[in-house]
Amino acid sequence: MMHNHKNESVFVSGDEAVALGVRLSRPHVISAYPITPQTIVVERLSEMVEDGSLVARYIHVESEHSAMSAAMGASSVGARAFTATSSQGLLYMAEGLHYASGGRMPIVMMNANRSLALPWSIFGDHRDSMSMLDSGWIQVYVEDAQEALDMTIQAYRIAEDSSVLTPLMINLDGFILTHTYELVEVPPQEEVDSYLPPFSTPNKMSLEDPKSMGFSTSPADNMEFKYQQHKAMMDSREVIKQADKEYAEIFGRSYNGLIDCYQCDNAEYILVTAGSVTGTARVAVDSMRSKGIKAGVLRIRFMRPFPEQEVRNTLAGAASYGVLDKDISFGYEGTMFTNVNSALSGTAHIPRGINFIGGLGGRDISVQDIEEMFEALRLCPAHDYTEYRKNRIRFVNMGVSIHE
Amino acid sequence: MNNKRITVKNMTDKEYFFGHKACAGCGGSLAVRLALKVFGDRTFAALPAGCMSAVGFIYPQMAFLNNAIISTFPGTGSMLSGMRAGLDALGIKDTHVVGFAGDGGTADIGLQALSGAIDREEKIIYICYDNEAYMNTGVQKSSLTPYGARTTTSPAGENLPGSVMHKKNLFEIVAAHDIAYAATASVGYPQDYLNKLSKAALVEGTSYIHIYATCPTGWGTPTETSVSLAKEAVDSGLWYLAEYENGEFTLNRRPKEFFPVKEHLLKQGRFKHLKDSDIRIIEEARDKKWKRMLEHWK
Repeated sequence: MMHNHKNESVFVSGDEAVALGVRLSRPHVISAYPITPQTIVVERLSEMVEDGSLVARYIHVESEHSAMSAAMGASSVGARAFTATSSQGLLYMAEGLHYASGGRMPIVMMNANRSLALPWSIFGDHRDSMSMLDSGWIQVYVEDAQEALDMTIQAYRIAEDSSVLTPLMINLDGFILTHTYELVEVPPQEEVDSYLPPFSTPNKMSLEDPKSMGFSTSPADNMEFKYQQHKAMMDSREVIKQADKEYAEIFGRSYNGLIDCYQCDNAEYILVTAGSVTGTARVAVDSMRSKGIKAGVLRIRFMRPFPEQEVRNTLAGAASYGVLDKDISFGYEGTMFTNVNSALSGTAHIPRGINFIGGLGGRDISVQDIEEMFEALRLCPAHDYTEYRKNRIRFVNMGVSIHE
Repeated sequence: MNNKRITVKNMTDKEYFFGHKACAGCGGSLAVRLALKVFGDRTFAALPAGCMSAVGFIYPQMAFLNNAIISTFPGTGSMLSGMRAGLDALGIKDTHVVGFAGDGGTADIGLQALSGAIDREEKIIYICYDNEAYMNTGVQKSSLTPYGARTTTSPAGENLPGSVMHKKNLFEIVAAHDIAYAATASVGYPQDYLNKLSKAALVEGTSYIHIYATCPTGWGTPTETSVSLAKEAVDSGLWYLAEYENGEFTLNRRPKEFFPVKEHLLKQGRFKHLKDSDIRIIEEARDKKWKRMLEHWK
């Protein structure tokens, strides 16, 4: 069903778009363990290996922990590796995430954003990946199936860059992106080959230059390795921008690097989003603008490295900003909100921010919900400080059941 | 890779695992050293958390001559799978992909990944050096700790004899996967071990060697008795030398009469407290096992 022809347009789900992007990236090894709503990715990849359109070793692993472990084994001998997971699976491989980043193994993984038990829920929110923010992985959140395909290809380019050598997680909202069908442009293999060179790393075991990897350190050495990891992640910001620029030159699509803004230039009220809800937010912005309200959307594409400067520059001129988190760090606030606030700290004028916690466990966020967020952002600068602080964290659609 | 029988006399002088910080008399390091002498330069090894990774990879002093990596504690089997897949995909030929994991890393936390790797019939060699407890963390009970052994989490006192559980039957659990080749060995019988390593090196599929490896530190034994104790464990019937291939078990050594269990156990600090009634429990378990092996195994 998904055979590749020149400049082909296909009608595929987000999961399938990732699988197409993986095939175009020519991985050597795929380690696969199914979990809803990621399953279609590993199903399609197995079909591609079966029909010969993808030449790769496909390992049926027995757990997500082993999925990451096998990917690391492949990467450690210099092979390009791919795996995919979601939710509980991501947490089950959590030790491996830190391990892969510490070992500077540029594995690419797709994560289907899904809620975490308990209570069980197969539906989407960002609590899985946000809880892994400190694992040393580059994290990108895509908005649609096209971006999912394009980012899969760019992911290897970024992760394998010699100044980066850091694993990369591509996040797709569970079901909303993974299972929604869209028209997607599939670039020709030759063009992808010209964009993405074969994987080459000094950081591998080889017969020519045998190495010990995954070693231990004493307190005298450990911090230097951690500093290098941090530096590589910081340096990846330029690599990400360059990868986007060159991608646009060859394929004609750009995602503007670390953040993606809509109507932010003269906006007074800016909502910060990540992932698929951004499309809904854009519609709400158009609606607000039609009423003469200067609204805008700042979509965070990369949570790590965090687009600190871009966020600061964009929000500093606003009257107020909101952050829509599909996540909450219990006992405090949404993780994106914390990160955005930190980026703004120390600037001369810090606008007031409101944290909207929404979409947990897959609850719908409508255009109307977002319009109400903009209304709240309009009102909050006039509130007295105590009142503002009291209502700084707001749950969207709480207690409202959805009947369609 | 040649088919010539490797003996202590003709084995290579080349050392692959040296300068490490293992304790004097360590059976595990001997098992790794001998294995690498058989497998040679084209070996890619993975070792999970455990004694051999703790003593062999302390930056910047690396103890392996060949390629080696520490895997996650539960992930030896799956990392080996990834390494094998990567090497094959890259067209790197004639390599050995070998795991060296302790009893905890194999029989407890790593069992799932080991089972998966055997099930996939990966061309890998997995060696479990069994020193019968979590030695690297300071002698805690594992599922391969034998009955009556005192560890820091199975203390012997008025109420308990040390470990109240018998050793998990891992060799037969591995064999039940219908693995291409599985064997037990002991650092007390090096030629038998070398033969099995040589065999494993030629297997087209997964092979598993479970080697009984003395631990003077954890067992409370003199360092110079490591080899003789490991031999005695076989001679007393508390361990056994066997193979599984082509769906059949073979006993490689059938002692005409067993070395006295009590004499063997009481040489070890971990068993010093055992009462005669405990020794009888151990002997009965041994006899039951041997009856079954002698009836059903070649």
